[in-house]
Amino acid sequence: MRKEVAIIGVGQSAFVRGYGGSIRELAFEGYREAMEDAGLTSKDIDASIICSAPEYDKQRTPAGVLAEYLGLNPKPTFYIESVCSSSSMGLRVAYSLIKSGLHDVVLVLGFQKMSEISSADSQERMGRGADIMWESPFGTMMPAYYAMHARAHFDTYGSTEEDLALIRVKAASYGSINEKAVYQKEVTLDQVVTSDVVSSPLKRFDCCANADGSSCIIVGKGEKAARMTQKPVWILGLGAASAPLNMAGRDSLTGLSVARDAAQQAYEMAGVGPGDIDVAEVHDCFTIAELMAYEDLGFAKPGGGPQLIREKQTYIGGKIPINVDGGLLSKGHPIGATGGSQLRTIVLQLRGEAGSMQVKGAKVGLVHNIGGVGIYGNVTILGRG
Amino acid sequence: MGFDRFGTVSFTTTSRVDHFVDLLDSGRVAGTRCKGCGESFFPPRADCCKCLSGEMAWFEITGTGKLISYSTLSYAPTGFEQDLPYTIALVEFGDNLRLFGRLSKEIRAEEITIGMNLRVAPVELPNGHVSYEFRRA
Repeated sequence: MRKEVAIIGVGQSAFVRGYGGSIRELAFEGYREAMEDAGLTSKDIDASIICSAPEYDKQRTPAGVLAEYLGLNPKPTFYIESVCSSSSMGLRVAYSLIKSGLHDVVLVLGFQKMSEISSADSQERMGRGADIMWESPFGTMMPAYYAMHARAHFDTYGSTEEDLALIRVKAASYGSINEKAVYQKEVTLDQVVTSDVVSSPLKRFDCCANADGSSCIIVGKGEKAARMTQKPVWILGLGAASAPLNMAGRDSLTGLSVARDAAQQAYEMAGVGPGDIDVAEVHDCFTIAELMAYEDLGFAKPGGGPQLIREKQTYIGGKIPINVDGGLLSKGHPIGATGGSQLRTIVLQLRGEAGSMQVKGAKVGLVHNIGGVGIYGNVTILGRG
Repeated sequence: MGFDRFGTVSFTTTSRVDHFVDLLDSGRVAGTRCKGCGESFFPPRADCCKCLSGEMAWFEITGTGKLISYSTLSYAPTGFEQDLPYTIALVEFGDNLRLFGRLSKEIRAEEITIGMNLRVAPVELPNGHVSYEFRRA
């Protein structure tokens, strides 16, 4: 097993609607938990990487104010953005800073206070994550793009709205046992399929819950990391890719090329395949996104995703448990914090500390984190020492 | 006139392909073709990422395309509410040439099928802007 760079501390705030504090206080919640988890103090951190989608913040250049509030001056701090996959990209940069020999311990802090601006402003900004020159003038929204992916998948493979609904039912069943989740209620298949249509065929319950939240991942170098903690979780593989932002630049809508490309890189670097993964977190911003991830990551053949969820193979006890913390659908999706939260879930799983969500004996885990509608893709594979 | 007249709400004021809007006014939907290497682009672009040339010629999008996928919105972003419900679509017009846009309201919901034949046509919008839409071929 590759033992060069390890995750030595993880933390996240509760994901909530309308956090009653400022972004610096929100960031501190994830930070405090990760620092206590790692048993470190601020002088141990050599550099910090701050990750969010900046258009939600009134604060310009948030890294400055957060590094100050977290007590991380005068060490270097800077900002990384790839919308919804920002903190996975932050982890990639932390890995390279450590591997290069520049730093030994790097902190990746993801946050988003989506309630910092009004809901209408938020929708408008989200829409501008599309091609503002050639797509937004038609009145596009994020759900509409994923809805086009869903329609293409239905048409090509015979998947159905009920298949998507089964994914939401699973997410809600695990969200209900995750005390950090914004949505902690179970939902029935009937509730999902009869909910309001947002952009056909996607309905309200096919869409993830917006939330405010922060996540924090502390990354350390080889031997030093192993000395700092009894429970290092090693970064075995990292993959990252990009694809055209405009839908007109996509060859196929039944999956995301960024996920397939990033997964291939990560599997190759880790020297493992889909069958070696014990537990995974995938970017289920919409139910169809999870279905496509099953296939893009190789857990199922193209078109085989629906069978996995119909047979409950992605529940705990199934062939490949996925999003057993509620996922973005129920745990919530505070954009910049999401990747770090997914990584935290897998780290806890590999340490055997996931409580009622634990997948027994998990040794190798995977995180799939997507930015925009498949513009950016990050896949990370982790293993316990 | 600049790019601020394209679509229901334009988020871009000017571009080096503003002529696209003039062509819509004259009844044509056009992409650009690189004079250096012959690569064709839609959406049109001013610069060729294959050969770095900045010399482009306009060509009209004609003929019949096939519907790749679509979705009908029940909610709209700010500024588009009066258009609801509307259907966005991706249509393939041949080798590597795909157009993103809206389906004409002349096509009823129950008629829409993936793979159906469509053509593209310029449209004038009530607010004086111009756009294009996909109609039955």
